[in-house]
Amino acid sequence: MSTVTTAATSASNRGPLTELFLGGGTARRITWGLVGLMLLMSVVRIVSGEQALTSSSTFATALLLAVPIGLAALGGLFSERAGVVNIGLEGMMILGTWGGGYAGYQWGWVGAIVGGVLFGAAGGLVHAIATVTFGVDHVVSGVAINILAGGIVRFLSELVYAGSDVGGGVTQSPALSSRPPSFSLPVLSDGPDLLGDLAGREWFLVSDIAGLLRGMTSGVGVLTLIAILLVPLSYLVLWRTAFGLRLRSCGENPAAADSLGVPVYRMKYIAVVISGGLAGLGGVALVFVANIYKEGQTGGRGFIGLAALIFGNWRPGGLAAGAGLFGFADGLQLRSRTAVVALLLLLAVLLLAVAVFQTVRGKYVQAVLAAAFAALSLVGFLTIEELPTGIVSFTPHLITLLVLSLASQRLRMPKADGLVYRRGEH
Amino acid sequence: MTALRRLGSALVAPALAVVVAVVITAVVILLIGENPSTALRVLLDFGDTPAQQTQAIVVILNRAVPLFLSGLAVAVAFRMGLFNIGVEGQYRMATVLAAGAGAAVALPGPLHVLLIIVVAMAVGALWAGIVAVLKVTRGVSEVISSIMLNFIALGTASWLLTGPLRGSEEGAAIITTTDIPESGRFPDLNGLFDVVGLAQPRSGLYGFLLVAVVVGVAVAVVLTRTRFGFDLRATGMSPSAATASGVDARRMVIKTMLISGGIAGLIGLPDLLGDTHHFGTEFTAGLGFLGIAVALLGRGSPTGIAFAALLFAFLDRAAVPLQFADIPASVVTIIQGTIVLAVVIANELARQLTRRRAERGSGQGGPPTDDGTSAGPGGPVGTRITDDRQEAGA
Repeated sequence: MSTVTTAATSASNRGPLTELFLGGGTARRITWGLVGLMLLMSVVRIVSGEQALTSSSTFATALLLAVPIGLAALGGLFSERAGVVNIGLEGMMILGTWGGGYAGYQWGWVGAIVGGVLFGAAGGLVHAIATVTFGVDHVVSGVAINILAGGIVRFLSELVYAGSDVGGGVTQSPALSSRPPSFSLPVLSDGPDLLGDLAGREWFLVSDIAGLLRGMTSGVGVLTLIAILLVPLSYLVLWRTAFGLRLRSCGENPAAADSLGVPVYRMKYIAVVISGGLAGLGGVALVFVANIYKEGQTGGRGFIGLAALIFGNWRPGGLAAGAGLFGFADGLQLRSRTAVVALLLLLAVLLLAVAVFQTVRGKYVQAVLAAAFAALSLVGFLTIEELPTGIVSFTPHLITLLVLSLASQRLRMPKADGLVYRRGEH
Repeated sequence: MTALRRLGSALVAPALAVVVAVVITAVVILLIGENPSTALRVLLDFGDTPAQQTQAIVVILNRAVPLFLSGLAVAVAFRMGLFNIGVEGQYRMATVLAAGAGAAVALPGPLHVLLIIVVAMAVGALWAGIVAVLKVTRGVSEVISSIMLNFIALGTASWLLTGPLRGSEEGAAIITTTDIPESGRFPDLNGLFDVVGLAQPRSGLYGFLLVAVVVGVAVAVVLTRTRFGFDLRATGMSPSAATASGVDARRMVIKTMLISGGIAGLIGLPDLLGDTHHFGTEFTAGLGFLGIAVALLGRGSPTGIAFAALLFAFLDRAAVPLQFADIPASVVTIIQGTIVLAVVIANELARQLTRRRAERGSGQGGPPTDDGTSAGPGGPVGTRITDDRQEAGA
């Protein structure tokens, strides 16, 4: 009761402008945040002259690369909501890429999806056996799975591809026997391609939004659609069904769940196997991008998925946003090395905003720090022409680190996440 | 008697794990239609002539030295409950900068080597320090941040190698830093073979072995004989109990990560100072990740890590001969991965077994050998056992 009153008074104390921007709940605030970000990117594009920053191909690549990260993060969501920390996502993803490549060159893209999910789920099963049945520390088991997965796929490749005439090798599979179908919106992003036309005109804001929309709607792969649908589906399963409530209760208070008759061990097994399957599907998404399995294809995206999960506060919508952000960084890095420099300008503007905000709040140390870093990135933007490949390659990882260090304090993980649950020992 | 028993129970888990791993690997080799006994023979075959045999031993020892240091770096953090997965990045950064510094200066012998070691340790410690600072000031999980820093380190190292620190001329197939001059190299220990009357091997036994031994002893002493080591282990077993007894957890995180990173900085030096004398695209990779496995296998104690490092080095040596015998070299990775998974499971089973024994034989059983995963705040053992019983009965 008291909270309602406070909320009402604080809302009425605001001016009409503040009310417009900050009132109306989370949905409106997120919308304004997105509009603001788009505006900012548009300004940065005009100032830096880097058209690649908001071109439709950059957004399309971002979406393509957000899919594996998002699927890994969804996998992490199931596992961690059931209380099992899953560092092994990377390993399960590696298994998924191999399974996808192996099944894909024989039975086409449907086979690749099934194979990848099965291989990933097998990795999840190992993690479940170690952590749930034997009570091994979750991080230790995950690290062991990551090491093991690298060995297993190399072994399998040596076994299946080396010396055979199907076209693969020790580090890669033959090409997939069929491409997965992709879809475009008719008229808008295909055929007359109205959005593409708008995006090419380099108009302020309009072209940027057109680029974003066209990137999201043109040539969208079938796995991308599946991944996008899986986000609300995961929400419905985890938050709107009895199964989901039971699964989450294992991650919050397993002893209490157990006393109410929830089969904690079985729920954790199911959750971790689903987790492995989703991570494996993420691996398949990478195989679809390259049309081939290649060793080292995951490049730590399982770990970035884990970071997206943390960034998204262990919620489906949040992790999708995190995956989008890291996918954008990854896509930009692949598309244009000069556009990455423009990110420095974006960073400078954002940090300057932080500095102003902290000054208003009276936190001068933080304000000065933020201003100093803002100045540094501005100098970087003005002096650096093009970043060397070595530096550009870790853009997504650096952004992950920056975002986590700026945002990780208000997060709440599942209460019993990472704790080994032994029946009768609590 | 109790000491013997404790030693026995400490050895049972790793031994069991190795046996399980060997059985699983044998099954895998059988599945691909090869003979497991061939693989075993290759593993144990050190060559025909005395020179070949000592050479095999040197190869194993030379591989074991960096693995030991890497395991030690992981274990120091691990004993405090910190997962330093960033050892890989820490040693890559440390090695490339140490190689650059070593090539840039000319100093008399021991000083030159000392400078390279100091640079490597400082870089490793700084890189690990980022993880620690992010953890204590911003609450970022050290697992995620150290993994991200690994990628950043790999990228930065490759940029340093191709840009500012490039020594090889344009167009060369293998890019390296400039060679470190004679004064900055570590002498080998091959004189030792003459002393004990063994044949001289082809390559030199790394003198850095001695440094590794010193570091190992130092870590053992610090962990078990000092106030700092006690605080560190106490924080690892029960953070709340340690904080209650006056340990500043944030400072401990920073100190521990600095030490762990400092040791990680040494990992690349045996190869750098004893063999290649430059950092390059071909420089040994993956030592940091293997160190995690070695530390887990050695259960966090320097002696255990030494044995684990020797076991891993012994397995690694067989990679090339195995391929000559038509068995995929990745069998070695599978054995190593399986050993690690088996050893952590075996450790956990052993812990539960001792715990049950202690519960049953109330009083006369030995103290439970907890690894800290479930250790409660250190009350008297007796009360804890009764507590468990009541809860188990309820």
